Amino acid sequence: MATKVVMEALSPTMEEGRLVKWLKNEGDQVKNGETLAEVETDKAIMELVARGDGVLRKRLLPENETAPVGQLIAVIAAADENIDALVAGAGGAAAAPAAASPAPADVVANASESAGASSVPRTAAPAQGEASTPPQEKTVTAPTASAGGQRPVPSAPAPEAGNGGRTRSSPLARRLASESGLDLQAVQGSGPGGRIIKRDVEAAVAAGPVARAGSPGQAGAGARAAGQDSRDVPLTQIRKTIARRLSESIGPIPTFYLTAELDMERVAEMRAAMAGLGDEFKVSFNDIVLKAVATALAQHPEVNAHWLGDKIRYFNRVHLGMAVAIEDGLITPVIFDADRKRMSEISREARELAKRARDRKLKPDEYTGSTFSVSNLGMFGIDQFTAIINPPEVGILAIGALEDKPVVVDGQLVHRKRMRVTMSCDHRVVDGALGARFLQTLRRLIENPLMLVY
Amino acid sequence: MPVITYRDALNQALREEMQRDDRVFLMGEEVAVYQGAYKVSKGLLQEFGEMRVVDTPITELGFAGVGVGAAMVGLRPVIEFMTWNFALLAIDQVVNSAAKMLYMSGGQYNMPMVFRGPNGAALQLSAQHSQAWESWLAHIPGLKVVTPGTPYDAKGLLKSAIRDDNPVIMLEGEMLYNTKGDVPDDQEVLVPIGKAELKREGEHASIITHGKMVLTAMQVADQLAKQGITIDVVDLRTIRPMDIDAITSSVRKTNRAVVLEEGWELCGVGAQVVDYIQRECFDDLDAPVVRVHQADVPMPYAKNLERAAKPDAAKAIAAVKKVMYLE
Repeated sequence: MATKVVMEALSPTMEEGRLVKWLKNEGDQVKNGETLAEVETDKAIMELVARGDGVLRKRLLPENETAPVGQLIAVIAAADENIDALVAGAGGAAAAPAAASPAPADVVANASESAGASSVPRTAAPAQGEASTPPQEKTVTAPTASAGGQRPVPSAPAPEAGNGGRTRSSPLARRLASESGLDLQAVQGSGPGGRIIKRDVEAAVAAGPVARAGSPGQAGAGARAAGQDSRDVPLTQIRKTIARRLSESIGPIPTFYLTAELDMERVAEMRAAMAGLGDEFKVSFNDIVLKAVATALAQHPEVNAHWLGDKIRYFNRVHLGMAVAIEDGLITPVIFDADRKRMSEISREARELAKRARDRKLKPDEYTGSTFSVSNLGMFGIDQFTAIINPPEVGILAIGALEDKPVVVDGQLVHRKRMRVTMSCDHRVVDGALGARFLQTLRRLIENPLMLVY
Repeated sequence: MPVITYRDALNQALREEMQRDDRVFLMGEEVAVYQGAYKVSKGLLQEFGEMRVVDTPITELGFAGVGVGAAMVGLRPVIEFMTWNFALLAIDQVVNSAAKMLYMSGGQYNMPMVFRGPNGAALQLSAQHSQAWESWLAHIPGLKVVTPGTPYDAKGLLKSAIRDDNPVIMLEGEMLYNTKGDVPDDQEVLVPIGKAELKREGEHASIITHGKMVLTAMQVADQLAKQGITIDVVDLRTIRPMDIDAITSSVRKTNRAVVLEEGWELCGVGAQVVDYIQRECFDDLDAPVVRVHQADVPMPYAKNLERAAKPDAAKAIAAVKKVMYLE
């Protein structure tokens, strides 16, 4: 029984992948779970693993070429198995324009699976669930990706070469799926020939509500919402009206901007004093700002939230996204529970995440799940700018450059270190006064940085 | 509780039933003076005399027919075949007379008799003397077929068979006669015909088996337990009528089944078990049922080929792992 190797959705938002390097040659024996190739997603370089045992008979995608998610890129089969039909079918799929907006059942399955927080080998999925990242946040991020419209919408499964478009599954798997309201099309089978078996259904159910039939996106997210880490508030009529009218006015996210210039003298003093204590106490301005933002967010859960279409999710925990420029783009790794971390921890984590981001080694669960984000272009000498909100978050803070400026203090013209921050706010959730109060708190913390050690 | 051999358990059953009911008598080749080819009838001639423990000439069809006639007039014969391979000569009396008599006489004649003897392969007895006949015999309406795998079941089933008013086929095992097990001596041992037993309880897969293969299945359970895999061992004990509930309740629990038997694959007992499973447990199955059986060849004489042809623990373990998608 041949196993089709398709370009899998290895990040929640991936639509196509570039094959960086094949790690197996045609004719090599491969085992289920073994890495076949390195694939560059929109975010990182990930490993693509075999979903079956056999011989890697045919590689259909050359290195450095790109294929849409769902396209057949290789075939694993027994050494003497006839794979002509499969290979021939692949040519058609690649040529078809539909490849760009994938619809076949396989595609949906793969995309949903990785949206369900498992993007690496499925065998590793349970391990991820046990990682330090709270599972709830991960499941929360998944459906919101579809709220953003990035997940392919399931449609009638198109016929495909090999199994006639039929999803193979054991009778038990079908029964369990039906009992738990799971759409089998969204489950990837680990049995022979891709058969969906009991363990696949159990894993999919455990992975969360993404694959639930009839509840893609928000409804599924709502089912998981009742936890200690966040609380869901249904939209009031006025909130709905505000949301609709503002969206009509300005686009999907009705954003407004609040700018404040913060005095950085004391931050500079504190930083110099800390550095004076020894190298191990050195922190950057950015670290201090991150700490201050996280602390302010903990005091203002009303801006630490997600817009989920039919409700707003307010988080009790602060997972701070940190925009990092990389060679040909941008990624936002997350400092989880930033408000509970010490300055030294934030400093070390920010440095490591930035490095891993530039090396494109971040794992999906390291760049998903943020509740608010910060973008800093100060090092480029940008005085102030407006950052684009990373949905479903409802705010992002743009940090400008630190400058010496003449200012009037107590009637005296003095020079002070100043820094401008601009908060982009999703008006559907954050009204002007709310954003302003958040910035007030931030100003208080930044201008009295000893509060950060309280 | 006393630990006795399968052979002695059968001997106890015969003695107890002959003491209990003087219509019961034993007939067959070498059962009397020689005390039985496998010593199952040891001491019975001395205790019950030559009217009730009867040596016959080498004429299977003849003494099987005498047994049928005796049963028709109200006796309760136990016909011993030296092995079931020799019983082929008597199959007309078993199938056409014993099995049909109640039906064709319109209920006038019961057939309270037992045909018993060793069944299946021993060691290097070659193609003609190593055959497992249960699927042949279980095919026939009018017969009951029991296949005890332990001394307890051997005693309990033989006693029940002797008391049954229908012809009962009892398939013993040459390799089982020396096996030992607990058989209480302070109570009557009766095992109901048509009732399977869950010999081992587990959660990951079910082995459904009978007769000599019960011991193999228990070894499989022991070995798999060391790997963290626990299995149900369902001992059918009776092939006809088959205890369908015992099969289905196990498979509904484990979702995976292996059917292990001594005989050949085509139209084997396992084929019927699989049919019950697919009919009753379709929505409970997580994997196709796998069968383990003798290779589809006459039993080879050469030791290595005989080993390769027989079902064994290693083959059954591989089957369990297959239904669990572990290999």
